[in-house]
Amino acid sequence: MSDSLKKKLKLKVSAINNGTVIDHIPSENLFKVISILGLQSLKTQITFGANLESEKLGSKAIIKLSDVFFKDDEINKIALIAKNAKLNIIRDYEVVEKRVVEVPDKIIGIVKCFNPKCITNNEDITTHFTVISKNPLDLKCKYCEKITHEDQIVIKQSIK
Amino acid sequence: MKKDLISITDYSKEDYLQILKLAADFEKNPNQPLLKGKVVATLFFEPSTRTRLSFETAINRLGGRIIGFSDAGSSSVSKGETLHDTIKMVSNYADLIVMRHPLEGSSRYASEVSSVPVINAGDGANQHPTQTLLDMYSILKTQGTLDNINICMVGDLKYGRTVHSLLMAMSEFKNPVFNFIAPDELAMPEEYKLFLKEKGIKYYEHSEINENINYADIVYMTRVQKERFMDPIEYEKVKNVYILRNAMLKNTKPNMRILHPLPRVNEIHTDVDSNEKAYYFEQARNGVFTRQGIISHILNLK
Repeated sequence: MSDSLKKKLKLKVSAINNGTVIDHIPSENLFKVISILGLQSLKTQITFGANLESEKLGSKAIIKLSDVFFKDDEINKIALIAKNAKLNIIRDYEVVEKRVVEVPDKIIGIVKCFNPKCITNNEDITTHFTVISKNPLDLKCKYCEKITHEDQIVIKQSIK
Repeated sequence: MKKDLISITDYSKEDYLQILKLAADFEKNPNQPLLKGKVVATLFFEPSTRTRLSFETAINRLGGRIIGFSDAGSSSVSKGETLHDTIKMVSNYADLIVMRHPLEGSSRYASEVSSVPVINAGDGANQHPTQTLLDMYSILKTQGTLDNINICMVGDLKYGRTVHSLLMAMSEFKNPVFNFIAPDELAMPEEYKLFLKEKGIKYYEHSEINENINYADIVYMTRVQKERFMDPIEYEKVKNVYILRNAMLKNTKPNMRILHPLPRVNEIHTDVDSNEKAYYFEQARNGVFTRQGIISHILNLK
């Protein structure tokens, strides 16, 4: 069997013409990524797969978005839950650019403050964190000044 | 741009010194009508008698008028109004807001919503910067300097916001030395020890009050609260270890002074009160001058 045929057999999610492929998403976080990026309201073609074999992650998810291109600050929002995610920018079926996601210095919205006595958990306020460590992640709340550690990160259910 | 006071670390050493200078001026001459014609809102979403009376005295001595409430039950919060709406409304009425709230971060949020300056008079276990400034004023007044001060902090160093803020503020000055005396359950959190290490500031940890207080310039007492202990037996074991008694002060330095944010329960025995080193009631008195200084600094009155 030729290598290209093998590759095609492995390609369980169909290729796209123009757009963005987000690869190496942890399977369990696929729907969170969709939610954070607001993909549910897109009108263009979206294909995605989860629980795919991955040498790196064991199991991974992938999202292919036709005619969608992200700005850095948009895509970096997913770094919290998919820090190994890789982006392939596709033009005319060819990968023209590869990008990795990067944890931003500030995180606005998305994450819930772990402190139940924080004002952001008691009133409708957009959370705001300064990233004080990227690996492991430590987020300092602008309001209560408490630090939410990586293992305490909870993604807010309703993303504005 | 309006100036707020939310967290002690929002201010620089220069701000601290300017406020302390103003406080000294108000101590000499407490009645100065700099707030004449101004309205200050004191919004106490939870009761705090000392802090509220101290602020209201400061405002009165500056000739200002006061609106507000002393607990959430007598405000529109009891009808379900959000903090956002309360602050929006009050900032239309007053020239300055002083607020105390049980939730952490509430003051920072209020300062973003308000069009007038906000002073944090305590937001849950988070910050209480005016207490820190009055502690600094008390240290400056009794020691003549904020440099080279040896501070013994005793009691609940884990949850005590006053010790955390004082530690951060004093670290801005030359060669402070800290001695932490606390039970294991209430030890100074790692993040503050790390902060001191990074700044190259010396600190020592002890599990009981002993000869270590003989080197101190300031002994800062705090309350060990029963509800902080998971196991009531642990509380029973330590509750009498952190009580300061007059007999312990025999070999302490002549310039040493005892501070306590108050209220105290039993951690300072009443036999200490008559010792000239007991400074906690004067410390509370200094709170009024310091708050006059803070208000003047924020509103650029002087």
